[in-house]
Amino acid sequence: MSEYILEAKGIVKTFPGVRALDGVDLKIRRGETHAIVGENGAGKSTLMLVLTGVHRPDSGSILIDGKPVAFSTPHDAVDRGISIVFQELSLVPSLSVAENIFANRQPTGFLGLIDRKKLNDKAREALALFDLDCIDPSTPVKYLSVANQQVVEILKAISTDPGVLILDEPTSSLTETEAQQLFENIRRLTARGIACIYISHHLKEIFEIAKTVTVLRDGHYVCEAEVKDIDEDYLVSNMVGRKISDIYGTRPDPKSFGKTRFEARGLGRGNDFSGVSFSVRSGEIIGFSGLVGAGRTELARAIFGAEPADSGELFLDGTRVAPSSPGQAIALGIGYLTEDRKTQGLFLDFPIRLNIAANRLREFSRGFFMSEKLIEEGAEKAVRDFRIVTAGTGKSLRALSGGNQQKVLLGAWIGTEPRFLIVDEPTRGVDIGARSEIYGFLRALAAKGTAIMMISSDLTEILGLSDRIIVMKSGKVKGEIDGPKATEEAVIALATGTDEGACD
Amino acid sequence: MDFLKRITKQREFVIAVIVLSVIVVMSFVSPVFFSSGNLLALLLGLSIEAVIAVAMTNLMVSGGFDMSVGSIVAFSGAAVAILLTKGVPTGVAVFVGLVIGGAIGLFNGFIISKVGINAFVTTLASLSLFRGLTLILTKGQNISGLPADFKAIGQATFFGIQTPIYIAAILIIAGDITLRRSRFFRQSYYIGGNERAARLSGIAVDRLKVLAYMLTGLFAGLAGIVMTARLGAASMTAGSGLELRVITAVIIGGASLQGGEGSVLGAFLGSLLMALITNALTLLGVDVYWQTFVIGGTLLVAVLIDQLSKNRAAAKKPILTIQPVTAKGGKK
Repeated sequence: MSEYILEAKGIVKTFPGVRALDGVDLKIRRGETHAIVGENGAGKSTLMLVLTGVHRPDSGSILIDGKPVAFSTPHDAVDRGISIVFQELSLVPSLSVAENIFANRQPTGFLGLIDRKKLNDKAREALALFDLDCIDPSTPVKYLSVANQQVVEILKAISTDPGVLILDEPTSSLTETEAQQLFENIRRLTARGIACIYISHHLKEIFEIAKTVTVLRDGHYVCEAEVKDIDEDYLVSNMVGRKISDIYGTRPDPKSFGKTRFEARGLGRGNDFSGVSFSVRSGEIIGFSGLVGAGRTELARAIFGAEPADSGELFLDGTRVAPSSPGQAIALGIGYLTEDRKTQGLFLDFPIRLNIAANRLREFSRGFFMSEKLIEEGAEKAVRDFRIVTAGTGKSLRALSGGNQQKVLLGAWIGTEPRFLIVDEPTRGVDIGARSEIYGFLRALAAKGTAIMMISSDLTEILGLSDRIIVMKSGKVKGEIDGPKATEEAVIALATGTDEGACD
Repeated sequence: MDFLKRITKQREFVIAVIVLSVIVVMSFVSPVFFSSGNLLALLLGLSIEAVIAVAMTNLMVSGGFDMSVGSIVAFSGAAVAILLTKGVPTGVAVFVGLVIGGAIGLFNGFIISKVGINAFVTTLASLSLFRGLTLILTKGQNISGLPADFKAIGQATFFGIQTPIYIAAILIIAGDITLRRSRFFRQSYYIGGNERAARLSGIAVDRLKVLAYMLTGLFAGLAGIVMTARLGAASMTAGSGLELRVITAVIIGGASLQGGEGSVLGAFLGSLLMALITNALTLLGVDVYWQTFVIGGTLLVAVLIDQLSKNRAAAKKPILTIQPVTAKGGKK
């Protein structure tokens, strides 16, 4: 028996024009959790696709238990004991928990019909592994919470009895408590001898759950280390290839903040949120924390006039305002950078220059007509100011990385010179290099007098950047904490309050 | 040089080249082809659909779609003809015809954008509704005996060219410049590109969508009036199948059903290309039944070329620069 359940040696994989993997090594021990980190484009996903038989490597070898193997289809990889839980869940929402777990492997009886009793019994057994006896295996998956859907996905992946389970960004749609439960489940799996490959952008999680970590950069293997021997700075520096320290910059002295720029009094709308009051001063960044569904995005959209509030008042520089459409809000000097840049923020098939112009067409026109010259100048300035990496302003947004797309969106909004800017999940899916740049841009914008409201589910980001933190729960403001004094525990305590059960 | 490169990448350029090649080849093959008589007949033939294509382009750029234009042509034409035979002055009758077209468009737009019913289903219903109303109104009879001043709208000639050609030319030129360059209509591209993002960028999406349907109805109404004037009679079958020809022309001209792209000039060239092919087949003595088949082939080839060039562009991803990596030790 080899020391390693799975080994990859010198994996090379090229696509037209791109060397996605260039001699990558990976060694996974039995029953350990092994993290793989790297920026977007470092080759993590490609490596996983090679390990699961989706892509065939150009050269290099894969060994399972010391013996070389070659996968020609994803099915081969599953047969050899490699399973993957994808970032996007792959369940059929209308089918039951049991049918999803044993998709295509349902136990059959008389005439080859599915034996429902046996199927449900086996599913119940599987659910018991994670103490989820309370879930009825015949429930359609769509009625489960996202966290429990993920559990079903994991059960589906381990139902083939794999030696290695790959988890790709498993916490991206989970709350803090749910993530803790996931870690507990991962520990149960490794205790049974299953090795887990764990991919995540959240370095903190890696220190919590992984034993070893492999760092990739630009398709290269950089290093492997035991988590206990290293710290976060070490990981970041190796991922980025240069020393990065203090990505959030320094907080300005609160005395430097100006007058109250924006104020909300008793804002409410239906069941989404109610009685929300807060104020932001000129130059201040105020962080909004809370669980998914706490009503933060709904609040932001109401302030921006997308779905106006039905009670309460808004004040901008002391004047009462009531934008009833995004157009009016923009004219007043309110901006909103949406949480989902691909579906709601950007025009992916359009070139950079048209994306930069989208929210201020008037500024880029002369009389009734658009001015291509003004658009081009504005776009070139944005590319320069926001250090957008591109071959030109005519490139379509699809060709850009997540970080650069986000910089385009930020450039468009900062370009409106807002008095009050709401940024919703400003760094979601953005790698660490671009992230530190985005924090710098936000800080610089605030320094010029803009008041900023930052909604984020990333607690380290909230703690690192906010001058003040407002915590919301179930549509209400639960409390306010001074930024520099805030701790993770304090924010979580406010955000969760009394805990709900896991079986919803 | 840069300018030349940009021009050649435009969809309009590709179709213009094809159109020119067809013209050149046909001039050699058929002596009749390049006569002014043939060319004017060709332009007159496409002027009706080209008028509708102007508004349809804006609509399809914004991600919309209208199946009912052929029926609007028939209905507005019949309504105007009935009014005229009842002695209503030409100016009033024409005005009513335009209002009818705009109102039907408004009706479509309202149902689609405010009630939220799919554009295909809504305008498919309108297609039957207004073709049906035309049948009810005309009782299946052609309406002729129209006054001379009305017929002049479709039959008068200036410098040997008929009015419908002038009307189409003016609307195409004005429409192309407006859609291409005006700030107001630029918003259509954003709506078609990503409707939700457009809304959050401050664009009044619903209002513009309703307006796009209304304009399409209005232009179809105008087309119906011009067609009735040209033929000197309203027919219950006027404009049937026209919606498919218009949509085909707009798509050949570079638009897609998803929206966000397309131009009036492209749509006109698309319409011209279809007319040329039909004309060429006739002059070459090919059985008339082949025409529809060839139009279908042209559409398919146009979208295939488009898709293939997009696929090729997508494969041309930037090449990563690979730097040598030196791993340093960790925290001790």
